[in-house]
Parts: sequence; structure tokens; C-alpha cells
Amino acid sequence: MHPILGTIIQRLLLGLVTLFFVSLIIFSSVEFLPGDFTQAILGQAATEDTVAAFRAELGLDKPAYIRYFDWIGAVAQGDLGYSFSGRSASGIDRSRAVVDLVAPRLGNTLFLAGMAAIVSVPLALVLGITAALYRNSFYDRSVNAVTLTTISFPEFFLAYLLILFLASLWPVFPSLANVNSETELIDRIYKCVLPALTLTLVIVAHMMRMTRAAIINLLASPYIEMSQLKGLSKAKVIMRHALPNAWAPIATVIAFNLAYLVVGVVVVEVVFVYPGIGQLMVDAVTTRDIPVVQACALIFATTYILLNLTADIIGIVTNPRLLHPR
Amino acid sequence: MTDTPQAYSAAAEVGQIRERRTWVQIAKIELKKAPYSAWFGLIVIAIYLFVAIFAPLLAPHGEAEIFPASFAPWGGDFVFGTDQIGRDIFSRLIYGARNTIGIALATTLLSFAIGGSLGLIAAISGGWLDQLLSRFVDVLMAIPGLIFALMLLTIFGSSILSLIIIIAVLDSTRVFRLTRSVSVSVVVMDYVEAAKLRGEKLGWIMRREILPNIMPPLIAEFGLRFSFVFLTIAALSFLGLGIQPPTADWGSMVRDNASMIQFAKYDLTAALTPMIPAGAIALLTVAVNFVVDWFLHITSGLNDEH
Repeated sequence: MHPILGTIIQRLLLGLVTLFFVSLIIFSSVEFLPGDFTQAILGQAATEDTVAAFRAELGLDKPAYIRYFDWIGAVAQGDLGYSFSGRSASGIDRSRAVVDLVAPRLGNTLFLAGMAAIVSVPLALVLGITAALYRNSFYDRSVNAVTLTTISFPEFFLAYLLILFLASLWPVFPSLANVNSETELIDRIYKCVLPALTLTLVIVAHMMRMTRAAIINLLASPYIEMSQLKGLSKAKVIMRHALPNAWAPIATVIAFNLAYLVVGVVVVEVVFVYPGIGQLMVDAVTTRDIPVVQACALIFATTYILLNLTADIIGIVTNPRLLHPR
Repeated sequence: MTDTPQAYSAAAEVGQIRERRTWVQIAKIELKKAPYSAWFGLIVIAIYLFVAIFAPLLAPHGEAEIFPASFAPWGGDFVFGTDQIGRDIFSRLIYGARNTIGIALATTLLSFAIGGSLGLIAAISGGWLDQLLSRFVDVLMAIPGLIFALMLLTIFGSSILSLIIIIAVLDSTRVFRLTRSVSVSVVVMDYVEAAKLRGEKLGWIMRREILPNIMPPLIAEFGLRFSFVFLTIAALSFLGLGIQPPTADWGSMVRDNASMIQFAKYDLTAALTPMIPAGAIALLTVAVNFVVDWFLHITSGLNDEH
């Protein structure tokens, strides 16, 4: 078997194991709830029967490991359970399936994150590589200073700065990104400009700094100096010698920052009242709606793990040293 | 009149006892060479600390004192006006410095106590304990921090104590990784082996043999972790899940007054009201980052030039 295949399979298995433990942690969060949480959800007036029926629905009469396999089996089939909200003491159940709550919002979040990624990834790579090539120039220093400052800003500060200037003082873009399933694509993009711009500013700063560091690290290696001393042109040094080894760090940087986007999206969605999964999670945390929180946490964590796994695999596949085994 | 000869003797100079500089002298020398950004950072941090410590003396009104005029304009009795239920924003800003910085500092200290000691133990003992702790930390770090914090806050509710513990535990994973990786190379040194042979206990080896040698990266990490924790707590408070009212806090102040931004065209000062606490958060993190940057520059001797 090709050694690369072996390494990739090893990484995939490792990712699966991580995913298993993460799902275990997310599942066991229910275990730590105080014993009387059924009353908190159903109300003080809940009858014995209602409470018993609710506990049976949650499977609290079964041992924990059976419940875990029930839960993860259902999740694998796309059934995330039912929300805690909409239940009443009298036993009338108006709760909605978590999947119906999550699915449309997940699409919205992916749209927003995708919009930010399409702009920020190429921009950050160009800024990072040029800053590394002309390091310690005025250009490099100013890009560095600006990005260090934006990194230090909380997301909501950037968001409100943009709202203040681009929505309030000079109303160019709307400050509320209230889209729904009927919104046309053009209108949707127009409404998402400010949230996407906020995310872009945050991501570009991180990504650019990491790209710059990776490239500088690479340019310092002896084989690059050798190729320069051979008298190769600058373009050839970069295209033929530096880039093949740079793909791995660049892929890591991109994946790491897309994973960061997953977290940044929560605050930005709340600022712009964007109907995405981040806002859903914050609302669910406020009302202590555990099934929804679990579903959102599982989605966020899975995305995060998959992105990091992809970066790992790209790093392995593009590594010239592994491509030519001895 | 005879000139006293300026006799120079190499032997005398070599014979002199070389005095070690105290850390105060080193600090003075380094401060003279410090760049403007570091000076800026240090001064900002000093001002914040001063305000945080003397908050009750500086604030013109009480932290949760409610006045009849809600949304009062700037100037007059209220420097930055009042908020939606008539609390003085300037006073709340000052108290907010105390609460926000205090809670972030307590969280960072706790996370260093947990992560640092576990990291040292893992590095010294090695073997299965090291493996177990490291793999456990790997799994914890596979979940994004803010998401994990949100999940735990759902279960334990958001009180200040649970906020501090949850974020400290989550953040200690990064401290653990750094401490472990820098002390692994120190653990194999001869003087650590000598201490072990002398029969010193684990606590002594941790504090007296290893800790002094890994201090610089840990101090720099402390600054970075502090600003990260500070931003996380501000974000959680902004989402309404962190520090709860009536405790004054910058993150929730932004949230409470955010709607005023819409009136920027009619009254710019009203629109700026929510920007002040947000800017206060941003300024402190910028300042800490500048100081950490400078500190890393001195201690590592690295200057980005290869």
C-alpha cells in the first residue's frame, strides 16, 4: 500500500475517535442537569403523569450508555430529537423537531460564512505572501500594525463601527440582515454585506499573519538560499521551490481560520439579527433548551473537526517528501 | 603637582566581583529601549488598573443607582448620559473596569493554576499519566471554546462563579499544552536529575527546578490568554449570557445601548454611547498585545529577521 494512503487512513480514524469522544461529552451534558429540570421546563403545575411521560420520552428510566447509543443512532439518521420549548404542564406538546429548527438556519449560516470566506481567503493569501516577500518594508509594517489592531478588537466592536459608518451615518447598507427563505439572491447578498464584511476583517487579519509567518519560515530554509545562489529568478524560486512546500502550511492556515469563522459567526449573527444557527444556539442557551443546544454544539464541533482533518490531509497529500517514498 | 597615573590592571578588573543586575535595573534598561507601542501599552494598562482599583472614589454616582431620567443626553450631571433605565453610564464604565478586568484576571490566574500545574506534572512524570492528560486535552480542544462555554453555561446557569470556572477550565487546555511542551526539554536536564536523586519531592522540582526556566514563555502566554479570556467574557456578556445585571460590565453595556447607533444622524453623541464600552474593551486588548509583543521580542531575542 502507498504510504500516503496509510497515513490518511490513520488520520481519518483518529478524527472518528475524536468525534466519538466529542459526541460523548456533548451527550453527557444532560447528565449534569439538576434533578428537577423537568419541573423547570413543564412548569410548577405539572402533574405526576406529565413528568413521568416526559422523563420516559427522554429515556431517563434507561441506563446512560443505552441512551447514548439511542441518541447517536438517531443523530446518524438525521433525527436530533424534539425541542424543550412549547411544552406545557398539562401534557399538551407543541414542541418542534430540532431538525426543522436547525436545517434552514444552517443553510443561512453556511451562506454567510461562505460569502466571508470567498472574499477573505484570496485577499489574506495575497497580503500574507506579499508581506513576507517584502518583509520589513513600509508596506509590511503597516499591514502588520493594522492586522494586530483588528485582531485585538472584539467582533461586536468592528460590527458596530461598520454599522455606525455604513448604515447609520451614511446609510449605504442595511444594519439588519433579516433574510428568509423567499429572499432573492441579490437582495440576500446586499443584506449580508455588513455581517460578511465584519467576519472578513477578523479572518483576514488572522489568516494574513499566519500566512506571512509560514512563508517567512519557509524562505529561511537552506534549500531556498541554495536556489537563490544558483541564480534562479525570483519567480522561479517561489513557483518551483517554495510553493510545493508551502501548500501544507497554507492549507492549515485556511482551515484553521475557517474553523475560527465557525465561532466568530455566533456574535456577528446576534449583532445583525441574522437568522443563523449561532443565534439559534444563543437563544436556546438563554431558555436552557438542551436538545437544541446539543444539536448546535454537535454541528459546530463536527465542522471544526472536519476542517482541521481536511487541513491535515491536504498537508500530507501535498508534502513532496511523502510523495516520493524511498 | 604630580599627575596620578591612570594605572590599568587587567588582573584587578578580572578580580572584581561581577555584580548581577537586579531585575529593577534590567527593567529600567529595557524600558529605555522600549518602542513607542510598548510604552503606549504600559501606560494604558496602568490607567485601567488605576481606574479599576479606585473605582468607588472616581465614580460620581453609584454602580446601580437609578435616576428618573432614562436615555439622558451627554453633559450636565451625567457625563455620558444615562442608559435605558436611568443609570449613569460614566459611573458604570468606571465600575465596569473593575468588574470586567477583575473577573478576567481571576479566570486567567485560575486557568494558569490548573493548566500550568497539570502541564508540569505531565512533563515530569511522563508515561501513561502524560498520555492520558494529553489525549484528554486534545478532545477538549476539538470543540470550539465559545461553543463549549455556551453549552456548559446552559447546564450550570450563568453566575459569575460558574463563568470563571468554565472559562478557566476550557482555557487551561492551551496553558497545559504550552507548559508541557516547554518543560519537556527542561525535565531531561542534569540538574533536574540531580534534584530527583537528592530525593526532592515533585512540588520542589516543579517550583524550584523547572518553573524558573520556563517563566518567559509563560509570562508572554499570560498576557495573550488574559486578552483572550477578556474578549471571551466580553462576548458572552454581550450575548447576554455572561456577567448578569445589575453588575456593571462593558460587554452587556454595549448590548443594552446598541440600539442608539441608529440615531447617529440626529445625535452623534447618543450613537457613540455604546461605542465607548466597546472601545474600552478594544483599547485594553490592543495595549496588552503591544506589551506582549515587546516582551516576546526581548526574551526570545527574535526579531523576525532571518
